Amino acid sequence: MEPFTQLSAVAAPFGMANIDTDKIIPARFLRKLRTVEKGYDPWLFYDMRFDTDGNERPDFILNQTPWRKTGIIVAGPNFGCGSSREGAAYAMLDWGIRCVVAPSFGDIHYANEIQNGMLPAILAEEHCAVLRAQLQASPGTSLSIDLASQTITGPDGKCYHFQIDSVYKERLLKGLNDVGLVLQELPAIEAFENKHFARMPWLA
Amino acid sequence: MPRTLFEKIWQQHVIVDKGNEALLYIDRNLLHDGAFHAFGALAKEGRKVRKPRQSLATADHYVPTSGREKGLANVIDTDAREMIRLFDVNGAEHGIRCFGMNHPQQGIVHVIGPETGFTQPGITLTCGDSHTSTHGAMGAYAFGIGASQLKQVLATQCLWQRRPKTLRITVDGKLGAGVSGKDVVLAIIAKIGTAGGTGHVIEYAGSVFRAMAMEGRLTVCNMSIEAGARAGMIAPDDTTFQYLAGREYAPKGGQWDEALAMWRVLPTDDGAVFDHEVSLDGNAIEPTITWGTTPEEALPVSAVIPDPASFADANKRAHAESALRYMDLKPGTRLTDIEIDRVFIGTCTNGRLDDLRAAAAVLKGRKVTVQGWVSPGSTQVKRDAEAEGLHRIFEEAGLEWRASGCSGCAAMNGDFVPPGMRAASTSNRNFEGRQGKGARTHLMSPAMAAAAAITGRVTDVRKLMS
Ligand code: SF4
Repeated sequence: MEPFTQLSAVAAPFGMANIDTDKIIPARFLRKLRTVEKGYDPWLFYDMRFDTDGNERPDFILNQTPWRKTGIIVAGPNFGCGSSREGAAYAMLDWGIRCVVAPSFGDIHYANEIQNGMLPAILAEEHCAVLRAQLQASPGTSLSIDLASQTITGPDGKCYHFQIDSVYKERLLKGLNDVGLVLQELPAIEAFENKHFARMPWLA
Repeated sequence: MPRTLFEKIWQQHVIVDKGNEALLYIDRNLLHDGAFHAFGALAKEGRKVRKPRQSLATADHYVPTSGREKGLANVIDTDAREMIRLFDVNGAEHGIRCFGMNHPQQGIVHVIGPETGFTQPGITLTCGDSHTSTHGAMGAYAFGIGASQLKQVLATQCLWQRRPKTLRITVDGKLGAGVSGKDVVLAIIAKIGTAGGTGHVIEYAGSVFRAMAMEGRLTVCNMSIEAGARAGMIAPDDTTFQYLAGREYAPKGGQWDEALAMWRVLPTDDGAVFDHEVSLDGNAIEPTITWGTTPEEALPVSAVIPDPASFADANKRAHAESALRYMDLKPGTRLTDIEIDRVFIGTCTNGRLDDLRAAAAVLKGRKVTVQGWVSPGSTQVKRDAEAEGLHRIFEEAGLEWRASGCSGCAAMNGDFVPPGMRAASTSNRNFEGRQGKGARTHLMSPAMAAAAAITGRVTDVRKLMS
């Protein structure tokens, strides 16, 4: 996994609360294979980005010139609630979005972002609202994010401290692979299994 | 120290405790036909499934609900056909028991877990699906994961996990006639909100759940995720044990007695402390339906559509405004004046035998006025329902009786609600576009959906009950 340390990128404000993963990627695209050549970016926010005839909706933020290169989303509460589809993280990542700033996240989606080397940065809604207003006022503005110091620098130079769990922070900074981390504990796992299944053999 | 049901299970499964994170052992893992991303990642890293016996797979999301006997050739969508094909290939390659499309035990993953006894009290269970919370109704700690974590479970049978907080929701009293688990859970979500359970495991407690049959409990726990919770749980009791006894993967003979002794000590001890507590009065819960595009936008059937302007919270106000636009509804409209175009009965929320019985009881001897279909939660449920003649009641009323699968719940298999049409649905999500592009969903219980099918509008089922 690619480590996440710092990021400076165009940020798009998404004011709506409860942006569910069905919105981020509609279910009908989850059957698509994801390859290096063909990522999931074409399906990102598909029903918000395109009308029923497949034409771009000009009023949707990612269709507007300054935001076509969006690398950060500043969202409202409960971002990524709903379905566990990791396709939501794939679609953002393949588009080039590596960080979502929001006051809160759906649990499973939060884990999915981490698993894909994305940063789900938790920032109080009042601060998110300020950032969203600033980004809206000057389209195409960038935000700078530094994971080590857990800071987001706004368009006006103001610095905000965001929250991230220390274990996830370390994993992102180092780009650690979870399977590798688990397998380091193999002797402990095997010892556990011996005891566990001796007690409950019907589960083995 | 008195402990909660969740804490007991958690402590029994921690292998390494690092304070803020623990390595948790996963007893059982369920797979469905959407799991190909995880298998792909596994292959890419050159890893094997470490404990294939501890997984069970079923094809549900992409399978058609009609013409199945014609096999794969009948699956028109090439991507979906590939999913179903890959499903069998992956299962065989890794030695995982697989209920493929035409297997007699095929069904929706959250129906077949409890139905086969694969889901048991006291275990940890994962599945690459958010509604894995369902299985907590059996007294398990069951939670949904994404494809990467699923890959980890397959490769290691373990997960690094932050310990969630605990929330107890107590519903005392007695449910009225025509009020079911679905109404209870919609009332709960309306109260605590779609993020009300985020970061928490919910334990449902109180006389309402004690009196509830397994099916109703599964419905309630199923929708825990709609309140944002990682899992929902109900303490196992005689209802649970009776349900489980004799099922295929349940312990047998002397092992059953040993298991039973362990399960009986699982319930939360008196005096155990939860991080949060919420309570509702079960006597006051009415049949409840959603009017908006998130499960918390739900109200008793006797209510009117609220005016978003009356919402104090700016985010909720904005959401309600956009929901009413999408749903094409106006504040002040009585819910019972909403006309319905389609009816869908089924899913992992409400596709079990009890659910079908409740819908059939309302439909018996009546005719529907709108198009609709019933998709049983599993092929076993289908057989059981047919043995009781329920399929005839549905068909005589004018509904289609289909094969089992996720069907119109997430509309991934070609069953969907056409754009602009309004569905009375027993599923769990009313998100924009969930049941098809532009589809408008009203979530409700099977009995309420049956009532809507008869009158063509949202109807208080109690008015149709003799
Ligand atoms: S029935 Fe619906 S909610 Fe349940 S597993 Fe299938 S798609 Fe998911």
